[in-house]
Amino acid sequence: MKGLGELERSIMDILWAQDAPLTAREVGRLIADRDLAPTTVMTVLDRLTRKGFLTRTRDGRAWRYEPGASRDAYVAELMLEALDMTGDRSAALTRFAQTVSGSEADILRKALTELEEE
Amino acid sequence: MIAAAVLTALAMACALGAWRLTFARWPWRTPRAAILLWQSLGVTWGLASVGALLAYALEPYRRGVLYGLHAFAQSAVSFGMGHGLLQPYDLPRVTALVAGLSLLAVLIVVLLAAGFQTLRARRRHRALLSLIAHDDPGVPGVRILDHPGAAAYCLPGLRSEVVVSAGTLSLLSRDELAAVLAHEAAHVRERHDLVLLPFTALNWAMPWLSVVRDAHSSVALLVEMAADDHARRYCSPRRLATALLRFGTAGAGAVPNGALGATSEHVMARVNRLVKPGATLPRRFRYGLVTFSVLLSASAPLLWIYPG
Repeated sequence: MKGLGELERSIMDILWAQDAPLTAREVGRLIADRDLAPTTVMTVLDRLTRKGFLTRTRDGRAWRYEPGASRDAYVAELMLEALDMTGDRSAALTRFAQTVSGSEADILRKALTELEEE
Repeated sequence: MIAAAVLTALAMACALGAWRLTFARWPWRTPRAAILLWQSLGVTWGLASVGALLAYALEPYRRGVLYGLHAFAQSAVSFGMGHGLLQPYDLPRVTALVAGLSLLAVLIVVLLAAGFQTLRARRRHRALLSLIAHDDPGVPGVRILDHPGAAAYCLPGLRSEVVVSAGTLSLLSRDELAAVLAHEAAHVRERHDLVLLPFTALNWAMPWLSVVRDAHSSVALLVEMAADDHARRYCSPRRLATALLRFGTAGAGAVPNGALGATSEHVMARVNRLVKPGATLPRRFRYGLVTFSVLLSASAPLLWIYPG
């Protein structure tokens, strides 16, 4: 039995790979670990929905789940935070260095060339 | 009246000291001691400002700020219950009392709000990382984010995580990557995020106050320098310097918000001290700085209980 985190990951991967929203039963069929109890899949889908990573819509008696955003959009969100470009001045992360642009980058590029030549 | 006067002077001295410290270059030669000085300046400024207002307001009790507040609370309760008079109050003292308590409340609320907001942002970041990031046997203990841009950072917490982007892996050489990871490990080990939090909180509450903004950026730079100093014990400082420069120039078209001007200056300052390390400050100076910081931090609380 995989850990809950692993399971969340594989379920997100399954849903990202699909074009259409899936029901819990369909997700269960696609998941690699066949011994998984259907209730476990439901629980994880529910957790991911509460965290806001999935949205669900009613389909008859079942729910259909789909990702709240594409994988790329989430990667982009993390990168924006990583580069301190969200503009909320939060101290959530400590970053190695920030990138600069234009003439400032030229100053750094020159310094880099000098350092490499030495 | 003495306590109120001394606390006022102390608050003003701290503000003035902070302002002077934002221009100083010597802190770069001893970042850790300088960070301690910044922290004690911050704490003392807060306690002295609140204390000065309250000391004046509660002066009629002649029992100091702390016990004066207690006495005031007692007389307020007995006044509320219908006996006795609310102790001696003229307009200036009531104003000072309200101002002092409001300032105290604002400082506490701002700190808590910033802490809460930070924790929430981190929780979401961590949750997303666990869904998206992957491990690479080539760089153990580091999460990799599949993005061509250059980013390396630490997500602090009880279980801190060091994250680098795929772009970083192709940008840096092996030695440079090791240097970056040593730098991030220092952030993790010394919990630099906690050092920065109060300054971020103040900056968030008073973005219009330039001394607060400068203080935040000074401390942020010192924290990076402290991490650089830690990293250079485990890696080549030169490789750390080239990694910094490669990072700085990697962002094609990425223009972060806010103070752009400071950034390249800060990167160059870090590079310069890695490549040509100046002498660290003499030991007695560093010890003097630490002693001064400790005494400064103790001064405001002592004045809070000084009756008079």
